[in-house]
Amino acid sequence: MSIDITQFHQTFFEESFEGLDVMESGLLELDIGAVDSDVINAIFRAAHSIKGGSATFGFTNIATFTHAMETLLDEIRDGNRAVSTEIVDILLQSVDCLRDMITAQRDGEENDQERIDQLQKELDTLLGKEPGKDVSKQHTEDETGVENALPSEWIISFTPQPHLLKTGNDPALLFRELQSLGDLEIEADTGKLPPLAEMDPESCYLSWKLRLRGDAITEEAIREIFSWVEDDCDLEIRNASSEVRGGEKRETEKTEERVGEKGAPPKKPGKKPLTPESSSIRVSIDKVDTLINMVGELVITQSMMGNLDGDFEDFDHARLEQLREGLSLLERNIRELQESVMRIRMLPISFVFSRFPRMVHDLSQKLGKQINFEMSGEQTELDKTVMEKIGDPLVHLVRNSIDHGIEPPEVRRQRGKPEMGSVHLNAFHKGGNIVIEISDDGAGLNKERILEKAREKGLIEEDCQPSEEKIYELLFQPGFSTAETVSDISGRGVGMDVVRRNIRELGGNIDVTSSEGQGTTFTIRLPLTLAILDGQLVRIGRETYIIPLISIIESLLIAPGNINSIASKSEVYKLRDEYIPIVRTHELFGTRADSDNIEEGLLVVIEGDGQKAGLYVDELLGQQQVVIKSLETNYQKVDGISGATILGDGTVALILDVEGLIGMSRRPRGNKAQQEERAVA
Amino acid sequence: MSSVSDSTRLEISSDTQADSSQYLTFLLGGEEYGVDILRVQEIKGWDNVTQIPNTPDYIKGVINLRGAIVPIIDLRQRFNLENTQYGPTTVVIVLKVRNNEKERTVGIVVDAVSDVYNIAGDDMKPPPDFGDIDVEFVNGLATIDDKMVITLNIDELLNTPAIAESAMTTH
Repeated sequence: MSIDITQFHQTFFEESFEGLDVMESGLLELDIGAVDSDVINAIFRAAHSIKGGSATFGFTNIATFTHAMETLLDEIRDGNRAVSTEIVDILLQSVDCLRDMITAQRDGEENDQERIDQLQKELDTLLGKEPGKDVSKQHTEDETGVENALPSEWIISFTPQPHLLKTGNDPALLFRELQSLGDLEIEADTGKLPPLAEMDPESCYLSWKLRLRGDAITEEAIREIFSWVEDDCDLEIRNASSEVRGGEKRETEKTEERVGEKGAPPKKPGKKPLTPESSSIRVSIDKVDTLINMVGELVITQSMMGNLDGDFEDFDHARLEQLREGLSLLERNIRELQESVMRIRMLPISFVFSRFPRMVHDLSQKLGKQINFEMSGEQTELDKTVMEKIGDPLVHLVRNSIDHGIEPPEVRRQRGKPEMGSVHLNAFHKGGNIVIEISDDGAGLNKERILEKAREKGLIEEDCQPSEEKIYELLFQPGFSTAETVSDISGRGVGMDVVRRNIRELGGNIDVTSSEGQGTTFTIRLPLTLAILDGQLVRIGRETYIIPLISIIESLLIAPGNINSIASKSEVYKLRDEYIPIVRTHELFGTRADSDNIEEGLLVVIEGDGQKAGLYVDELLGQQQVVIKSLETNYQKVDGISGATILGDGTVALILDVEGLIGMSRRPRGNKAQQEERAVA
Repeated sequence: MSSVSDSTRLEISSDTQADSSQYLTFLLGGEEYGVDILRVQEIKGWDNVTQIPNTPDYIKGVINLRGAIVPIIDLRQRFNLENTQYGPTTVVIVLKVRNNEKERTVGIVVDAVSDVYNIAGDDMKPPPDFGDIDVEFVNGLATIDDKMVITLNIDELLNTPAIAESAMTTH
């Protein structure tokens, strides 16, 4: 009898990655110096499981490597060895290395044997097994190489995928950035350029070979520049001045970006697996138990209703009452069942948050800033899909806070603030949304400088004095950055616009509040789930549409006296003490309403993007929860429509995109403007 | 185990055998068109659709196909043929099309389904320069029992730039 052991590989890989995350966060807690036995035990257990698992599956290299780590951890656990920064650093590096090894095993790729041997030797040295003078010498040699970064020459081959431009990234900006590091030679490969007639103007057909020369350029600096486009290109960075060192360094300095990749770290950034996002999901047992209970209730209700069946001849009032009761019970059961099923997809946001301590640790060391990083609300749950997509924007915002927000210690001292800056990451539920806040007590946003910069870049008119809100809005414009010095961490202005777009794609939005000298807070609002929505069904002409209940403020009968027109074109409605624009949805959509006389219909007051508007509808139908289906799966995005759903009678109803509609009504009719905007996006 | 390898061999042999493939043909204004039968998912009767705003006329709307939202294209209007009323033989052929590396499901409205033919690659003639109907949809012409069958390149049917373009001209 033989069991196909490979079927368990996937589980082993997933568990190992989780174990590595545990080790990593544990090690960072150890950093403080005092050894907490709970923490060290957790790290040890994780290492032990990985060792055990890998040995079972015959991944001997992983097992051997982990064994060395485990021995070291064991000594710390038994109190035979004090925790030093050196040990923590080596263990962290080993965790990274192990992650690469496991990834390589999973994807069937080659291991970076040199690096493994190196770390293995370092571990052995620490354990005192093999003093190996030459090893430690070689080590210090490398260290100096990394630290001082001799005059260097890098060859970068940059092959973007065709959709690069659509993600809002501009290669020219990247190259300008590279140029700031040193002498840059650019050679474009136009080989893939199709004939003009076939060319899609939004696609990128070019690839580039870049040669960068200069003093003290680290590979990390180069990689940082490409970090936002990394997923959308093949990137190869070679050190022309010293191949060997470059190769080695690449592996050790990849740490940071790897932290960003939960679960599926790529071995080489250039060869990322295209779909790292689909995977299994771990569900806590109590959620499953709730589900089983629900189904049990359903069965009971069903048998209850089954009793009513039978002789319909004498179907009296009492039975009818029972039937009605049964139906309402059924409705409640099904609703609860639906909610519990949805909860399966919900995971605590700590899955995303957990990567931050390491990142902050590395960043604050690199920038010489002292950061007290706090997180709260890690247990807040949100949909897995949302979670996977919110990671990168959050990383960017936290980096920004640390790099731009928090001042260097000496500046803070001058300003009478504690030297230790604080960055707070918070998540909580509010209404039907999840709110994530990133706040710092740094310098705050300098409105003057933002304005100046915006004028310089021609984003606003010279004499324009926008409101505070509008000024902060400028931050999210493409190509905007106010950082005085462009560091390798942030300030290239290829970020905030992408951050906002990613959040908007998830149906959320982002706000900034800031007071100068006191700090900045970014607030992200996201829908809890992408799959279900409470909707108000409305009828306009022959079609039924759905308006998300969350964006409806009120619905009212139109009082003719309250309609006013502006320039005899736009209509506004006087709603108590304010005027709101009237949006004639059927005109935007080119369909017909029951009557052209607006007074015969109803006005649904909606709010989106901080703007109110009155949506003209013919009739209000019921309210119900609808399952959101994408139009883009088989068709494409439609302006003013955020999706579709299937109604009880099997027909399709479109879900209105409230923000989109308000935007459409502001623009003159005709699709020119929209099309241009889409081309830019 | 052996059956698996048998079927793979079969596939290989049919592949190597002078690439002949099966086509489902349908009628459209008296002409007979064919699509690769492997792309056909199902054939269903014409039913009401939900209109999508601001789309070209030939996009009739979307339907619910067992939980999936599927757009329906009127092929007559797509080819700028004159409109006829939908009758009892009017059907929707649900096809899988590949576009921009993405597989989508779309339905096309045609007058009637006709037949299934085997057409060898050699029997397929390239289309002459038509002028009036878009040649980009036409893969080739084949003769079957003295009838001409026009085989279509369905991947181009829902080509998004084409839609965007016509959306611009219709407005």
